[in-house]
Amino acid sequence: MEKYAVFVPKLVTKRENFAPGHRACIGCGEALAVRLACKALGQRVIIANATGCMEIVSSQLPYTSWRVPWIHTLFENTAAVASGIGAGLKMMMKKGRIAQQEIRVVAMAGDGGTSDIGLQALSGALERGDDFLYICFDNEAYMNTGIQRSSATPYGASTTTSPAGKLSIGQVTWKKDMPAIAAAHDIPYVATACPSYPFDLMAKVAKGAATPGPAYVHILSPCPTGWRCATDLTVRIGRLAVETGIFPLYEVENGKYRLNFDFPKLRPVTDYMKLQGRFRHLSEDVINRIQERVNAEYTKLKEKAHEGRG
Amino acid sequence: MAKGVGIEVSLAVAEAAKLANVDAVAAYPITPQTHIVEHLAELVANGELDAAYIPVESEHSAMSACLGASAVGARTFTATAGQGLELMHEVLYVASSMRLPVVMAVANRALSAPLSVWGDHSDVMAVRDTGWIQIFVENGQEAVDNVLCAFRIGEDPRVLLPVMIHLDGFHLSHMIEPIVFPEQSEVDKFIPPFQHPLPLHPDRPVTMGAFAPPIIYSEAKKAQEVNLEASRGIILQCWDEFGKTFKRYYSPVECYHSDDAKVLLLTLGSFSETAMTAIDKMRGEGKSVGVIRLRLWRPFPFAEIRQAVRNTEVLIVLDRAISFGGPGGPVCSEVRSALYGEDKKPKVIGFVGGLGGRDVTPAGFEEIINKGIEISKRGSDREFEIFGVRE
Repeated sequence: MEKYAVFVPKLVTKRENFAPGHRACIGCGEALAVRLACKALGQRVIIANATGCMEIVSSQLPYTSWRVPWIHTLFENTAAVASGIGAGLKMMMKKGRIAQQEIRVVAMAGDGGTSDIGLQALSGALERGDDFLYICFDNEAYMNTGIQRSSATPYGASTTTSPAGKLSIGQVTWKKDMPAIAAAHDIPYVATACPSYPFDLMAKVAKGAATPGPAYVHILSPCPTGWRCATDLTVRIGRLAVETGIFPLYEVENGKYRLNFDFPKLRPVTDYMKLQGRFRHLSEDVINRIQERVNAEYTKLKEKAHEGRG
Repeated sequence: MAKGVGIEVSLAVAEAAKLANVDAVAAYPITPQTHIVEHLAELVANGELDAAYIPVESEHSAMSACLGASAVGARTFTATAGQGLELMHEVLYVASSMRLPVVMAVANRALSAPLSVWGDHSDVMAVRDTGWIQIFVENGQEAVDNVLCAFRIGEDPRVLLPVMIHLDGFHLSHMIEPIVFPEQSEVDKFIPPFQHPLPLHPDRPVTMGAFAPPIIYSEAKKAQEVNLEASRGIILQCWDEFGKTFKRYYSPVECYHSDDAKVLLLTLGSFSETAMTAIDKMRGEGKSVGVIRLRLWRPFPFAEIRQAVRNTEVLIVLDRAISFGGPGGPVCSEVRSALYGEDKKPKVIGFVGGLGGRDVTPAGFEEIINKGIEISKRGSDREFEIFGVRE
């Protein structure tokens, strides 16, 4: 973080390892997050990517947006592919088949590929202590297939498979706390990030990649298409997610929590929600329930961060 | 000098992977394959095999980790069976389509439900079309030899395809057999180091696994088919070379008293040895019978099958899997299809037997052959017979 605090623009590489020309939607927060992550990762990296938005927008044969070695195989197995890459590289170097060098292994997946279908493979790789960075680009639904709910979809959001209707408020479950699940594996580094805080995001990705053993970075990636908001609001909505306490930015290093951005007073959740069509149908009651939940979760997180300092 | 030792076939398969000096093994336990990956773990733990051993949390991840290891150019091995093979199903297609020459031993097992850990070919037949080279072995020696061949064939830059070695669960995997292991130096000469032409490496970034819109998908699939077809010649070359080096010879179709036989039985895997015993007895009684065994399952040996049955009148095919509601077992159906266009062809009679570990004894094979002959004469209103089932 300190590294980026001064002369920030000069310190960020101009090189785009995730090249422009891909087919992401206008205002895609995930493409922005991937671009920033790739700047932080540099070129000595191998990326395993799950099926999902980023794979689809970046890799249509015979084109590619990837200027670093990149592999996509399936939806739910990305962590396992990353384990294989890491193990293969290590052994090839040990046997002198390739030169000894630092090559970081990075797995990337969306929220469905991480917290739903890919959770088992991810848990396996984290538990084994495999040396890789896993980045979840969370846009809070299956956007690639057309905005279906995932376990990362927030309470009250209307999606095509959790539609708001006369009898439903939309999503009726609370967002799965994926960073906490990752942290429960007792891995050395877990962090949350958002492309609205680019230098924080890059610092965390770089830190995660440099961490020996498994690291997990969960990046909230605003999706104008799925969240039904104006395409020029991506960055602002990301900031509001943080400033309302809906998506706090924190790190868990060797089990110790640290809140990276704290606010003396959180903005009301409506500041965040009113800009998005997916929440438009919600009654005041439901919004109050969400506000209470956010307050409670934020307090819990602050307590953990406080304990971490002690 | 190579020496013969008594060893369980599963362990021998692991020893073969060790002789091939594999770089990465990703494995998950499942009966009746487990002894293979247990032994590999032991070899790694004792420093006898210098490989990365990834104890994954499922077979899906086992094959996925194999993809990753193979994509960076590592020699990669795993083993599975039954449900494990089915859990890998979608990953198997990726291995072949992305030209990643993983080698996998499959201790063939029945599929649930009802749960059965015992052997049959239901698991293999469900992954028939995954684009892997697939070889059925009959005994432990053949298993060891063909695991070695699998690396040489699959990793050949003209092939670059994954290879499955099928060995019957329990009936073969758990037998203790006398096996000759080649010397390490001979194996090193026989299997050159794996050189993936375009591995994942930062020095030369490649994109692997890009998606294909309709305008290019068919071309990708045709290329894959052409490639698997072309592997035939290289498989034959490999077996030829193996024979010259190690004096054990393999061919796509194994024939036993088949040249002059009016009636032929076709089997796969370890059943053939038992069938041969029945053939010996029946030959002694003056009956014109023989056995052919399919060793190479994919690519399918059309020419060799046609050649092997050219003089026969009745061909009885024993499948160890059912294609429910279909035209008989998958092997029978493919053999029929291979012979359909021939001017002179035998009557093909389909049997399904040996399901879920049920033994077929020499007397059983005799019964199958006699019943097959009878059906060939009087006909049947059924597409196939299920042998040895209590009704």
